Amino acid sequence: MTGFTIGRRAALAGAAACLAAPAIGRAQGTPAAVRIGYAISKTGPNAGGASITTIPNYELWVREVNEAGGLRLGDRRVRIEVVEYDDRSISEDAVRAVERLVNQDRVDFVLPPWGTALNLAVAPILNRAGYPQLAATAVTDRAPQLGQRWSNSFWLLGTGQDAGAGLAEVLGPAKQAGLIGDTVALVSVADGFGIELANGMRPALQRAGFRLTYDRSYPVGTQDMAPILAEAARGNPEVFVACSYPPDTLAITEQARVSGFNPKVFYTGVGTAFPLYKQRFGANVEGVMGVGGVDAASPRFQDYKRRHLAASGREPDRWASSIVFASLEMLQQAIERVGRIDRAAVIRELQTGSFDTVIGTVRLQNNLLTDTWVVGQWQDGEFYGVVPTRKQGARQPIVPKPAWRPT
Amino acid sequence: MSGTALALALAALLALGTVPLLDDGFWLALAINIAQYAVLATAWALFSGPTRYISLATAAFFGIGAYTVAVLGEALPWPLVLLAAGGIGVLVSLLVGLATLRLSGVYFVVFTFGLAELIRQLVTWFEVNVARSIGRYVFVDITQPQIYWQLLGLFGLLLVIGTWLSRSRLGFALRVIGEDEVVARHAGIDTARVKIALFALSALFLSLTGAVMAPRWTYIDPAIAFNMTTSFQVLIMALLGGAQSLLGPLLGVIPLVLLFEVLGANFPNHFSILLGAAFMLVVYAVPRGIVGLLARARRRAAA
Repeated sequence: MTGFTIGRRAALAGAAACLAAPAIGRAQGTPAAVRIGYAISKTGPNAGGASITTIPNYELWVREVNEAGGLRLGDRRVRIEVVEYDDRSISEDAVRAVERLVNQDRVDFVLPPWGTALNLAVAPILNRAGYPQLAATAVTDRAPQLGQRWSNSFWLLGTGQDAGAGLAEVLGPAKQAGLIGDTVALVSVADGFGIELANGMRPALQRAGFRLTYDRSYPVGTQDMAPILAEAARGNPEVFVACSYPPDTLAITEQARVSGFNPKVFYTGVGTAFPLYKQRFGANVEGVMGVGGVDAASPRFQDYKRRHLAASGREPDRWASSIVFASLEMLQQAIERVGRIDRAAVIRELQTGSFDTVIGTVRLQNNLLTDTWVVGQWQDGEFYGVVPTRKQGARQPIVPKPAWRPT
Repeated sequence: MSGTALALALAALLALGTVPLLDDGFWLALAINIAQYAVLATAWALFSGPTRYISLATAAFFGIGAYTVAVLGEALPWPLVLLAAGGIGVLVSLLVGLATLRLSGVYFVVFTFGLAELIRQLVTWFEVNVARSIGRYVFVDITQPQIYWQLLGLFGLLLVIGTWLSRSRLGFALRVIGEDEVVARHAGIDTARVKIALFALSALFLSLTGAVMAPRWTYIDPAIAFNMTTSFQVLIMALLGGAQSLLGPLLGVIPLVLLFEVLGANFPNHFSILLGAAFMLVVYAVPRGIVGLLARARRRAAA
């Protein structure tokens, strides 16, 4: 990133100009380093999510690739050089940082920011510049249209609607087996993903023959969950569902435990899959359901978990973490198969290729990853995927959930 | 500003219009950022400069403009969308102005601070309970150069209006209000009406800027549109430059935008700390703004 690199770059460009084929000259020469850039929320409201799910994986991947000698381009190994910025959780800053990465730093690849809003904000730039975008932390109901609109963009975390609808796949059979009744209390955070999740749940639960005894949303940043939980518990519902964000997920679980609210199914939203959740509630997590899940028994995941822990001192979360890491493995395999810095060819490979990753073999359909875990459950201290039920590694759900234990 | 100075400034804006032809990537993005804050800070100073009413409602009007685009962007042709954004901004500013501009001092500051949050919560309530989704997609065919040119256009318009204002009875009335509101009232100036008119004019430009910028982000939710940081940054830029003259805010915008850029690019992990230090330095070293600094230098040269 110093004068040395710039000088080398200029020399390369000069040599290419002599050949009167600058674009081809630059694309096919093996560079001294593969420059990879990202703008990520190190500060602001997104910093929590980014530091749990995204940043440790970016750092782990870069370190592992470089320890192995670098990315394999043809018969050479080329080390990764990182350029990173803070987008401060602001769309405009993310836009400018990615413009800088693409046009000033001229990085070879860009890793996406954290979250739906910022991924959408930078998508037009990456599309115009022809950079692949592996959005592993964006959940949006428009994912199918986005993949069509920007053919360089890949949406790996599914849609909120599907995630919500997935819950009915557990509850329907449980009701038929007589394990639970037909009453559901639903609370949801008044923000993008919380609403999409709830929107997916309502019709699916209705089709499965459930009745909503309570359906209320609360503003982002609500601190005191006691009133809303007391109201939800009043009808003594068999199933309690919270389409919540991490702070509320913790507050709701704590409040339910303290007030002895023991529905037969207890579901909370984003954050249920965080290691933090288990640290906070210990053995009481047993039977709690939530969005996400992993095939925790697979040796690939076990190995990944160990490496993640060793590198960052923390376990990965059990929802998007492994998908973020898988997206990096996909990028790496696509680049190595193409064998040179040719972004258009890498995008084609991502669209059509099959990749071996920590979440198993991945093949994208219409730029989407379709069979991700949508419902998981804490069982024996691990957050296993339970829906889709046909997916390899799917666990049988524990219904009813054991009652909260005093701690 | 004199007629010649205005003509020179407008010619300079025309010349700056060629930036997108030279670079349509990073430099254009930086130019858009400077132009955005130039319009915002100048529009803010249009009202707050002469009246000395500190408004923190910038984010509210900016957000109204951006959100109007998110709602109407795909339904109406672009000029009508802009018209709607400006119209709603003016309407809200009139309502707010009627209710609050009889207040003064800290009451006004506190109210404008709450305004952005109030509107954000109203929009959120509507989206959750009526539209049943939060977060809207802005897919309109507006290119980055077009955004830049619109911002330059807005800035040019602001300079023309500001110059006219400084020579008009309205502008004179405003300055009297800024000096002493009681005197102004006794001199027969309808202070409330003058303040409301200027507040609405300022709000018009703030809302239009939000509308023009919205297509840059593709996705807009209330938290993105009504971001309080906008209010504070604009305030700081205008104060650094000098809110009493038309081109004063620009002198604060350019160095601060560049400073943000340099800090963000080189010290991504220490941005906030360095920014805080920079602000403290500004307050201690340039308490009367860059315009004040220049005036002092000129005085000293004359003496």
